[in-house]
Amino acid sequence: MDIMNIVNPIISIGGLGVVFGACLGIASEVFKVDEDPRIGQVLEVLPGANCGGCGFPGCGGCASAIVAGTAPVNACPVGGAAVAEKVGAIMGIEASASEPMAAFVKCGGTCETAKEKYDYFGIDDCNMAVQLAGAGAKSCAYGCLGLGSCKKACAFGAIEIVDGIAVIDKEKCVACGKCVSACPKHIIELLPAKKKVKVQCSSKDVGKNVMQVCSSGCIACKICEKNCPFDAIHVIDNLAVIDYDKCKSCGICANKCPKGVITGKRPAAPAAEAKPAAAAPAAPKAEAPAAEAPKAEEKPAE
Amino acid sequence: MYLILLILAGIFVNNYVLSQFLGICPFLGVSKKVDTAAGMGVAVIFVMSLASAVAYLVYNLILVPLGIDYLYNIAFILVIASLVQFVEMFLKKAAPALYQALGVFLPLITTNCAVLGVAVLNMQKGYNFIESVLNGFGGAAGFALAIVLFAGIRERIADNDTPKAFDGFPMALITAGLMSIAFLGFSGLIKL
Repeated sequence: MDIMNIVNPIISIGGLGVVFGACLGIASEVFKVDEDPRIGQVLEVLPGANCGGCGFPGCGGCASAIVAGTAPVNACPVGGAAVAEKVGAIMGIEASASEPMAAFVKCGGTCETAKEKYDYFGIDDCNMAVQLAGAGAKSCAYGCLGLGSCKKACAFGAIEIVDGIAVIDKEKCVACGKCVSACPKHIIELLPAKKKVKVQCSSKDVGKNVMQVCSSGCIACKICEKNCPFDAIHVIDNLAVIDYDKCKSCGICANKCPKGVITGKRPAAPAAEAKPAAAAPAAPKAEAPAAEAPKAEEKPAE
Repeated sequence: MYLILLILAGIFVNNYVLSQFLGICPFLGVSKKVDTAAGMGVAVIFVMSLASAVAYLVYNLILVPLGIDYLYNIAFILVIASLVQFVEMFLKKAAPALYQALGVFLPLITTNCAVLGVAVLNMQKGYNFIESVLNGFGGAAGFALAIVLFAGIRERIADNDTPKAFDGFPMALITAGLMSIAFLGFSGLIKL
């Protein structure tokens, strides 16, 4: 047996490995891109799920953007305040505490309250349904179709279709924003999770037209606007819009809303105090939504 | 003419994915969107052409003279892995835009057996240097074509109402099988 039969392969293949290794070693020095070491550090504290919720391609993209200064230290919606603090420490910036957000479906048109134009028997997908005449079966052009495109997009199982509309579980929602982009009606929005008062309607139609198609739609009566003590809710384009910088979640607008569109009603006691102040003709109207109140409160909790 | 035929044969007749069943992993893995599939395809064309050239040189200048050509598999894997690493570093410095576009796919190619397959086939068929490179390029172009077509079909199927049992990968595999049968129609068109 020729000893060279063993030595040759060892030397040549081993040599090949050494040469390639050396080449790579040299190349890594020669082609070194001056990468900010903070990018690696930031990347380490990010959750690493690469969900894309920040709008950048993966956690790596987000880390680069944060270090480059194009994204704030709290750019990661999933990590929330805990991650923002760590990133802030690396970047040497005091983390501006990002308020935890949660997705919210701005539609309350359930099977009972909203009318349908026709029966839809197509593919179970909102994006398919909106391509049909009238952009879906719901009479309200702005309403949730309830076919669950957002549910499919949600990687965290936070969305359920209840009574024909999508309902988001605040506890499970990490505010990645995938449902926001999945919804062809654009009625899902990331709103501060702690704020209880939310407008459950997206319709920009005038009140009369809203009433014809949905009994739980915003009719732009401006009662909420007049009653808000903090100037936080305004009717813009026939739709109540809350300014969350001003909103204190007092729930007065929710109690006053004749259609029960606004979530987060106050407990019964203060509402009773407020009632006598209301004009007499308004009383029967005010009672009706009050009766629906427990229902409305249960729904978002589901 | 012969060289052109060699490339065409690589693309259609001897398509690495659909006729020789090499590189199935990235073919199924990165074919959900046409964009990413095209990115993968371009990255494979790039690496495969380079790899066939370097593998040819290593085989004929090192392995054969030393009489250790039986070690070609190990040597080729070594070559491809280091090459991919090198290309990645080079692109990062020289063409950051291209690196951004291919970035994610480059490391994946290390495990693409079509790249190793093309190097081995070049050696077995006794191609010379130019033939090897062109065969590598043609094979990679065939891979790119197959994966882009496949991704296009999958994008359309994704919205369809498939029976639950067929949803996702089973459907993709059936699609791949049908595409393979379609490409069978090219067999025998070009004899080299």
